[in-house]
Formats: sequence, structure tokens, C-alpha cells
Amino acid sequence: MITEPFTAGNAIIHHVDPRLKIVFAVMLSCAIATVDRFPTLFFGLAAALLLLLLARLDGKAVLKRLAVVFGFMALIWLVIPITYPGPPLFDIGPFQVSRPGVMLCLKITLKSISILSILIALIATTPLPVIGSALHRLGVPGKLVYLLVMTYRYIFVIENEYRRLMRAARIRGFKPGTNIHSYKTFAYLTGMIFIRASARAERVYHAMLCRGFNGRFHTLGPIAPYTNNRAFTILTTGTMVIIIGLEIWNRNSL
Amino acid sequence: MEQKQPIISLEGISYSYPGSRPILNNLELDIFKGDRIGLVAPNGSGKTTLFHIIMGLIKPSTGRLTIFGDERKTEQDFMDVRRRIGLLFQDADDQLFSPTVLEDVTFGPLNLGKSKKEAIAVSKKTLEFLGLDDFEDRITYKLSGGEKRLVSLATILAMEPEVLLLDEPGNALDSAMKSKLIDVLNSLAITYVLISHEYDFFSETTDRIFSMENGKLLLDDALYIHTHKHSHKVGKQPHKHT
Repeated sequence: MITEPFTAGNAIIHHVDPRLKIVFAVMLSCAIATVDRFPTLFFGLAAALLLLLLARLDGKAVLKRLAVVFGFMALIWLVIPITYPGPPLFDIGPFQVSRPGVMLCLKITLKSISILSILIALIATTPLPVIGSALHRLGVPGKLVYLLVMTYRYIFVIENEYRRLMRAARIRGFKPGTNIHSYKTFAYLTGMIFIRASARAERVYHAMLCRGFNGRFHTLGPIAPYTNNRAFTILTTGTMVIIIGLEIWNRNSL
Repeated sequence: MEQKQPIISLEGISYSYPGSRPILNNLELDIFKGDRIGLVAPNGSGKTTLFHIIMGLIKPSTGRLTIFGDERKTEQDFMDVRRRIGLLFQDADDQLFSPTVLEDVTFGPLNLGKSKKEAIAVSKKTLEFLGLDDFEDRITYKLSGGEKRLVSLATILAMEPEVLLLDEPGNALDSAMKSKLIDVLNSLAITYVLISHEYDFFSETTDRIFSMENGKLLLDDALYIHTHKHSHKVGKQPHKHT
């Protein structure tokens, strides 16, 4: 089952207008992605972790999500230090580990963890339908928003259809293996899901026409009371100012 | 008695899906204001097709459709029809496409040009009427089968239609939900046609029953509701027939 475990909380972050969350998530991410000085990067990481704390999420679940990035990081740490040109830091057997290479890896690591943490703290704590209507009110075209929201709505139906088909195959003794029969079965299954999805798309469209759909999309305003908007705006704006300030202050140092 | 004009009139309607024999063949049907019609026929005999033709979702190969006094041919003609006739689909998952219940119910009224405030007000009123007061913020895909069905009905009733076409409304409903639906239908002063396979559902909600044969509608005299005696095991125990 596909779930959104982080949306259920009741922490400070959950009571911020989703539009503010989206705007600041984008701004902070862009800022952290473009800055280059270590003090700024460490500050960015601290700010990201603070946001995670304010969202009061389950630490284990957050680490599990961050683990996706750790995989990529491992690959970068394996390759870049020994291939990047520059003065050597130390030797491992026949390989020379370059100092600029290590620095670059460290920067990439700090940036990715910070940005992902910010997105988890701000975006993953908002249910997707709410993100959809917030995006719409931020001026994102209705068609794009509905594409997102409807994908979300029907992914569960499609998942159910997949499970139904898979169950039907299993009760008739199907065991997936590495053989032509299994591949063929999965191909049929996939094909069937596509056919059903497209037939459903047509029925949904008909249902929309029956209710007077004329190509214009509407979304409703905010539902939950958002009580922490001002504090959140002050906090994140402050963070932005410090990030930019630190970057300019340290422009001539490392 | 004064000759009444039918609000929906189908004359000589034929339709066939590509590569198969005609599913509707020269079909005739007049629906008058206040009619409560039941439609019973085997699967695949064209009941759903008939509904979709009335809504203009598919175009008949021959025949004339007169709805609310005007002949309906083009997509533009049917825009008006769809505002005034509500179709409840067989599968509620086809009908509820918005993430939350309130958003789904307001979709129709907003399309009719109502303001957000009006749309929300009429939606809340409809949900309340159906006993779904606290459903507004529920996520549509997490509803049970019966709840989905009632919410689908709400999405249609919120548009305040003059006629309802109900495609197997009793489907996926347990007996409590079903009796609720029967109560709702009986309390609506509205014209409707409903498809079902359950006779006891008809007996409580319809005045006329049609069946379909060879692509035509038959007013089914043989199907008039009656009670009869019968015997079966444990018949002495108090029991219900469903």
C-alpha cells in the first residue's frame, strides 16, 4: 500500500499554509544548491535539521528516506576523491586521494542531505491533494495540477487492480520465477493494467462531462486552520538572509 | 386527461458497438415528469448504453432524441442536458476523481458557474441530506464501497438535477445502506430511471418496470411485484428475504 506517513503529524510545521511551505522549500533548496562556502553549507544543514525537528517526524522513517541519497553518496565518495585532480591528501595503495576531491564530495553530501531534509520537513508533511490546490493558487496551470492530483487519486485504484490480477494469478498456482512463463505472465499483467487504466480514464472523463466539465479546473481554498504562518515566515526568511549573508561574508575564504 | 409531453423521448434509437450485432435496435421510450422507472435485463443487453446515449456520451447510429422539449444532436445540445440530468455510474471509482469528498461534490456546482461559497454551501447541504455530515474532508479513495456510492450520489444531487439515471445503485451496498438509499429515493420528488437486478429494490422504489430484449424495451407486465408463499429449510425460524 502506498502511504504518506509524514502527513499525519500535528507539529508546528503541519500548521503552516502549504503555499508558504512550497515557496520556502523551493527558495531554500535553490539557495543551498547554489552556495559554495562551508560555513553556509553547515548552516544550511543545521537549518534543515531544525525544520525536521519542528515537524516532529519519526527519526527512523526519515533516515530510511535519506538512505536513498546515501547510496548515491557512497558512489561519489568512491570515485571523485581518487579521480579529481589536485594536491594529494594521502595515498591508499596505488591511488592518490586529492584534497579538492574530498572537499567537493563533502559539499555534495552536505547539499543533498540538507535539501532532502527540507523537502521531507516541508513537502512530505503536506498531503498531496493539499499541495495540488496550493500549487494551483500559486499560479501553476490547472492542467498540470490536475495531472498531479489525478495521478495521485488513481494510483491507488491501479495498485488495487494490480493486486487483484496478481491474486488471481496466485490462486491458480502462479509462482514468479526466471522463466519465459513468468515473463509472459507479467507482460500480460502489465498489458492488462494499461488497458484497464485507459478504459477507466475514458469512463472518468465521461463522468466529468456528465457533471458539466468544460475544461476549466477549480480548486477550493485552504481547509485546515494555519496558525503558524507568521512565525514560519520569519524563521525561514531569517534563514535565507543568513545563508546569503554567510556566503557573501566568506566569499574570499574557503 | 390532458396529454402530457414526455421530458425525455427516444424514437427509433439504434446503436451497435464496432464488430458486434446491434445492442439497441429501433428503441422507443418516453419518460414523463414524475416517472419512477425500473430497468431490468441481463448483462450486456444495453441498459448502460441507453443511459450513455441519453447523456450524449455516445451517439446513436439512427434515431431521434428529444429531451426537455428540444431535439438533441450536438455536443453543445448535450451540455444543457448534462446540467439537468444526473447519471450515477456503475463504478463509483469512475465518478469520484477528486482527492477529498468536498472537492468532489463541489466539482459539479462549480462547473455550473456557482461561486465557491455557493458551491460549498450546496455541497454541505447535500451531504447532510444523505447523512454524510462529517465526510467533507475524507479522502475519496479511502471510503468503503457503500460510502463511495452515497458520495457519488451526493456529487450528482448537488447539481440539483431534474432527472436521475441510476446505473445499479444497489451495487456494493449492504442491507443498511440499501434501505438508506431506498429512503433517499422515496424522499426525492424527482423523475428517475434505475437499473437493478434486485426485484425487492424495485418494489420499493419504482412504479413501472421495463425489461430489454433484442435491443428493445418491453413494459414488463409479467414482472409486476407480488408476494408468494414458499417453503424451505428452517422456514420456521424468523428470517429475512433479501
